[in-house]
Amino acid sequence: MTEILEIFLSASFWAAAIRIASPLIFATIGELICERAGVLNLGIEGIMVIGAFTGWFAVYSGLPLWWGVAAAFGAGAMFGLLHGTLTVPFGLSQHVVGLGITLLATATASFTYRLALPQVTSPPRITPFEPTAIPGLSNIPVIGQALFTQTPLTYAAFCTVALTAFVLYRTPLGLALRAAGENPAAVAAQGLSVTAIRIGAVVTGSGLMAVGGAFLTLSAFDSFFFEMVNGRGWICIALVVFGAWRPGKALLGALLFAAFDALQIRLQQTPIGTLVPYQVFLMLPYLLSIAALILMSRRATVPAALMQPYNKGER
Amino acid sequence: MRLEPIPHPSTLRRTAPPLIALAATLATAMALAAIAGANPLATIGQILTGAFGSKLAVLETLNRATPLIFTGLAIATAFRAKLWNIGAEAQLYAGAIVTVLLGTGAITGPAALPIAALAAIAAGALMLLGPVLLKTRLGVDEVVTTLLLNFIMALFVSYLLEGPLKDPMGMGWPKSPALITDARLPRIVDGLRLHWGFLIALIAAAGVWVIQTRTTLGFEMRATGANLTAARFAGMPVNRVLLKTALLSGGLAALAGWSEVSGLKGHLSADLSPGFGYTGIIVAMLALLHPIAVIPSALFVAGIFVGSDAMSRAAGVPTYIADMLLATALLTMVTAILLTRFRVVRQ
Repeated sequence: MTEILEIFLSASFWAAAIRIASPLIFATIGELICERAGVLNLGIEGIMVIGAFTGWFAVYSGLPLWWGVAAAFGAGAMFGLLHGTLTVPFGLSQHVVGLGITLLATATASFTYRLALPQVTSPPRITPFEPTAIPGLSNIPVIGQALFTQTPLTYAAFCTVALTAFVLYRTPLGLALRAAGENPAAVAAQGLSVTAIRIGAVVTGSGLMAVGGAFLTLSAFDSFFFEMVNGRGWICIALVVFGAWRPGKALLGALLFAAFDALQIRLQQTPIGTLVPYQVFLMLPYLLSIAALILMSRRATVPAALMQPYNKGER
Repeated sequence: MRLEPIPHPSTLRRTAPPLIALAATLATAMALAAIAGANPLATIGQILTGAFGSKLAVLETLNRATPLIFTGLAIATAFRAKLWNIGAEAQLYAGAIVTVLLGTGAITGPAALPIAALAAIAAGALMLLGPVLLKTRLGVDEVVTTLLLNFIMALFVSYLLEGPLKDPMGMGWPKSPALITDARLPRIVDGLRLHWGFLIALIAAAGVWVIQTRTTLGFEMRATGANLTAARFAGMPVNRVLLKTALLSGGLAALAGWSEVSGLKGHLSADLSPGFGYTGIIVAMLALLHPIAVIPSALFVAGIFVGSDAMSRAAGVPTYIADMLLATALLTMVTAILLTRFRVVRQ
């Protein structure tokens, strides 16, 4: 028990938890924006892969780090546009299109990577974002080191949550977006275009998912390899449900989840780790996501028009 | 502007989507080849000869298509009832694990093969039972639960292969001991590298077709998929229908694992399935969820994989071209269906 207590009291544990949470925060908020507008985006896993690749490749080709983030956002937005076009005006199955986008985006990343670097055996590295201490705040014991000695992209993740919450609940645009996911006919009655709002939400959300992927290559690690997203996208879909489709709660869910993930990594190095096979520890994040879904199932406040295509003039 | 279904689509409209998808796939293949600096037409030729150009190539394609027919049927069955089973990969491995558990000496004699198959079906069915009960009882979305189970299962297989199921004679490789001869599927013709799993897959397709079109369960499955509320209003036991669909779907996916272990590999390893469970979704969608159409669809998909491998070795176009082509085929197929069956009405 003392080992676990020691883990919880160390600043490096909380710093790791926040680092692990950062890509999940971007992608969860991205998925949340899509779903609040009424579109389930199962392209998330592939869009995170293409984001991770594009961001890394842009920087590898000589662009500055922030341009890599922008490139990732752009790539994600493009796949989002394809997803939105097929699911919103065309009204195709969001399940099938989403899985198709995941396959297409993943394949595009793998194909381009192999094309650009045919003969590499070990993935080439870039210089990733450095942790930047925020003057003053970073001197607070434990919390300072955990919260305010992160990479700029982590700070951007927290800003994204605040910005999204503000736009969703405090602006006319946010009201229209939420209404498009709850009662699209009412939005149309206001003279607004449900199609435009939904496509806009999917494009923006997909861009954020891609930035979440880019966090992995530009901030958490310094190279791109296949399988690096490894189900994080699917976990984010569970986190949106866990967060009851609200940005603040989703952030809390991502942090809680990341804390567990950081804990299992550290537990592997304690005496418990020699007793239990390491695969059990690696299973925990996925089991936790399923548990979260079960826990929240009774209180689900799912957007009323989620997964329902809107066809103007149809009753 | 809105979309309106065309009441009675003509034969042309109904046959066009697969052709449009095929044309888009070919165009993408040529474009990608050109981007990779290869001759587009020669690349297409190499993919085709790689998949169907020789007796050896055809056998390889048929072998690759076998698990895809099983997983394609599993997905087609589930999706028809709008049960989003994305966990065929986990169900496949459940079947493979049980096959190895029973087939490495636990049962001997002629009963070993069928018993292993039935136990595999049961294991795969059980894998899907949990997510479906969570869906019907608690309303937990089955897409995410089945997806996450794939990752949990991959880790479980890794644990088994490094622990309880590890082959002591495996020179340190993470693989299981080999099946005994009684538990192996024989080859259809001596000397030809094609096992009975392929024919069993064809029989399974026919079986699913009979269930879907000639039985009450099949009717209930289709009704549940078409309109759940209406099916419930008509007095159908919707939850029980979904449960039966899940058992059938999970069992079919597990047969893919059974057939790969018993017919092809002879043992379990972590790379038993290069994503057959996921590819089954494409197979099923390209077949428009029709069980018999799953067969040509699986052959098409297997052909692209086998052909791309061969072409990649010769022409240097990355083998990931196969995934690009399949994604293109899938997305153009669903779009083409929409555009041929609906018309745009201006208001």
